[in-house]
Amino acid sequence: MGYPYPSHPKETPVLSKHFGEVEARTFDGWVARGGYEALKKALAMTPEEIVAEVKASGLRGRGGAGFPTGMKWSFMPKDDGKPHYLCCNADESEPGTFKDREIIRWTPHALIEGCAIGCLGIRAETCYIYIRGEFTEPWHILVAAVAEAYAKGALGENAFGSGRRIDIVVHRGAGAYICGEETALMNSIEGRRGNPRVKPPFPAVAGLFGMPTTINNVETLAAVPVILTRGSAWYAGLSLSSPKSTGSKLFSVCGHVQRPGTYEITMGLPMRELIYDMCGGMLPGRTLKAVIPGGSSVPIMNAADIEDCPMDYEGIVAHGSMLGSGGMIVMDDTTDMVYQVMRLARFYADESCAQCTNCREGTAWTTKILERILAGEGKPTDLDLLLSLADNMTGKTICVLSDSCAVPVVSGLQKFRGEFEAYLSGATAPVTAGV
Amino acid sequence: MTVEMVSVTIDGVTVQVPKGSNVIEAAERAGVVVPHYCYHPSLPSPAVCRMCLVEVEKAPKLLPACVTQVTEGQVVHVHSEKAIKARAGVLEFLLINHPLDCPICDQSGECELQDFQFQEGQQKTRFTDFAKRYNPVEDFGHDILYVPNRCILCTRCVRFMGSVAEEPVLEVYERGDRAYIGLDQSQRLDHEWAGNVVDLCPVGSLLSKDFLHKARVWDLDKAASICPGCTQGCNMTIDTRDEVVVRLRPRPNLEVNRHFICDTGRADYRWMNRGDRVEAPLVLDSDRIRATDWDLALDRLAVLAAEAGPVVVLAGGRASCESLGWTMRLVAGRSVVAAMQVPQGEEVPLAAVPNLALRADRAANLHGARLLGYRADWSSAMGEVAAASLVIVLDAELTDADAALVAAAPQVIQLATVTDPRLHDAQLVLPITSMAEEQGVYVNRDLRAQRYLPARSAPGMARPAWWVASQGWALGAEGRSAPATAAEAFAALDAFDGLSYRDLGLTGRVLATATAGVAS
Repeated sequence: MGYPYPSHPKETPVLSKHFGEVEARTFDGWVARGGYEALKKALAMTPEEIVAEVKASGLRGRGGAGFPTGMKWSFMPKDDGKPHYLCCNADESEPGTFKDREIIRWTPHALIEGCAIGCLGIRAETCYIYIRGEFTEPWHILVAAVAEAYAKGALGENAFGSGRRIDIVVHRGAGAYICGEETALMNSIEGRRGNPRVKPPFPAVAGLFGMPTTINNVETLAAVPVILTRGSAWYAGLSLSSPKSTGSKLFSVCGHVQRPGTYEITMGLPMRELIYDMCGGMLPGRTLKAVIPGGSSVPIMNAADIEDCPMDYEGIVAHGSMLGSGGMIVMDDTTDMVYQVMRLARFYADESCAQCTNCREGTAWTTKILERILAGEGKPTDLDLLLSLADNMTGKTICVLSDSCAVPVVSGLQKFRGEFEAYLSGATAPVTAGV
Repeated sequence: MTVEMVSVTIDGVTVQVPKGSNVIEAAERAGVVVPHYCYHPSLPSPAVCRMCLVEVEKAPKLLPACVTQVTEGQVVHVHSEKAIKARAGVLEFLLINHPLDCPICDQSGECELQDFQFQEGQQKTRFTDFAKRYNPVEDFGHDILYVPNRCILCTRCVRFMGSVAEEPVLEVYERGDRAYIGLDQSQRLDHEWAGNVVDLCPVGSLLSKDFLHKARVWDLDKAASICPGCTQGCNMTIDTRDEVVVRLRPRPNLEVNRHFICDTGRADYRWMNRGDRVEAPLVLDSDRIRATDWDLALDRLAVLAAEAGPVVVLAGGRASCESLGWTMRLVAGRSVVAAMQVPQGEEVPLAAVPNLALRADRAANLHGARLLGYRADWSSAMGEVAAASLVIVLDAELTDADAALVAAAPQVIQLATVTDPRLHDAQLVLPITSMAEEQGVYVNRDLRAQRYLPARSAPGMARPAWWVASQGWALGAEGRSAPATAAEAFAALDAFDGLSYRDLGLTGRVLATATAGVAS
């Protein structure tokens, strides 16, 4: 369902099937909808069987990188005698992304069940759900659901009487975007400053508290129970395009469309159908100018780019951007691209953890130049300077926040250079208010 | 233990380095300096400054040399076009908010930001028309100022306090380009080893108040020395400006003090600049003290030393092995009780460095003295003073009670840097150099013999105590010849088994037969 709107016929409601149903938030309501069958099934399986099933489904990380989930789980060591941890990344802070929020708000038990199965798959007993600090309502709902799952015996030292221990700890973030980066998230849980760590060592070797750790996105884990109940073959069959992109995917669409919301589609659906059919197209009298398809860290697409673009990992890359987190920002012809790029850069400048020189200084400097251009005080050399800074910020830091700041600058300049030049030449009046 | 070696090629030079080394260390072995800020050999590497990015063949991206481990057959290009461009970009970023107030900055001249900027940076900034970040200077502790405007956030200070001193009072506060190093509100940076953050700071952001605006570093003369403060024997450098000692800094020695010294040792240099020194030999003639020349004074010394009767030697804790040994030889053949004065203090370890502490025994050469026959403890030696016919005071600082006992002895010889008015009846006062003005050897608590070099010239006619004693000894009998140099004076000491200055080098050597070969 394109929550909060009624479900569209072209949607594939798998994870979003019960969005809007208040009873689904309760343990009994979730069980009545077929919930916790997958966990019971998983409790009778070996870790290898669980990992094999997830591998066969073709499920890939829904947080942005798209790494195959089963393969990630298989990296966890066996018989190493150390405690293992599962981290669920619910620090959904990418501008334009709000799909995990809906999962936690409406189907918290889907996430809990997915976390529990994940624990079994990677031989962990404890899962930490790191939830974004600003998610007040989802946090309350999740905490209540976890408490109920404990009370009903689904979690705890004897999950469903299996003799297996599964604990879930909900850890609330304090409002830093960078804590959504997996190693910064682990530092934050440990009580340290949320700075990304140098890799290697990778989390599967030394992650949370120095122990082997797997970290998965909310949507990834929420999809696991369905894969177990309906089978990996069914899930792998959900694809309209590339066999490498399977299953259903939530897209949170915001911006200048008639019906912004969270839509669940089968991988490979044409982007045009999502925007023009499901979301009802652009606002009356407006035309589409630009789309950021996967959260603010992916390249901006223009109207030509989205023609024939299928919504899957490979398809969007082939059309010049990335699927990312599935946070889609649609912009119409009234949008000032220079302003939008500046706002994105400012976001990254604000959120840079300040560790790496290139990011700390580069994001702030980039923002200053963009602000200057908007104020009508840009210099003729500014556009080349922006590209040069973007080059100095790309591929040179510990995490990709720096790269993410450079991405909208580079793609914005590539596709909408004329708008920047109009500010420089004075053809566009300077923005003086609301900057 | 055999260490597995791997072969790596860095800028065309192939070197063998132990497996597990990082590229920056391997490059050093190949004679290539990889510019760096956050990396420090005595701290964990966070790879945050991004200054040490190098090109490694087969790696898709530039890699930070400080955390990239070497692998067999690895080919690294530190000075490839791509790597140089990346580092120039980092330098540009580091400088956009840096005040460039080098003319008034204490770090200027020993600043790594200056060095690498001159080496690899761009001539002009592109950060024009914007104001630089500004934060006021903060007082961090008893000797430390923080100038945030100059800070490049390498976090060496944060990691030193957190991982080495294990008192995590510093942390990066705020995010993005607003970030700065902050001190925990309820804390002061007054840990015994905190002063090291000033040395660790690659720029002029953490400053010593004691050294503030005292001298330009390019005007300083530097001498390799050993801290005379306790039995740890930390290696240090004495910095002088026109013969005046202006600061002490740690000198790296991975076996003794790594890159650190304690604040007590660091601050204890003012005595080196004392102006009230004995500058000429003083002899007692008919109850009158008069200044004389060395010829007369040494004759008197030889005569006094050759007499019969028990001798007590009272040495200060900074006396060199050469001085201690030759003073003993001067009175050889007589009944001698010798002791070294060892002030006591609290032991303060540097938490994460094994076997490094400010020691309770606050005498640098206590263990050297033991090797050379200074065995008795101070109070028992003082007990012998009353029965002694000769007391030799070798630059010891006596209490009033001790001074009264010594003054009552029939004959007193002072080998002194400053006169002691309580010993006005001493037969001889012989001006000697302080450890800052001579070369010599100290033996630390691990029986490591370490050399120190002169940092300033001696005042007036002052001579090293070993020279004075050996000259007096040579005059005592026919056919004796005194050592001409400190090296000869050391080599002649039986306790060191023929070790020479050359053997010791400037990082010292642990005495193999130290316990067995004590000369009595």
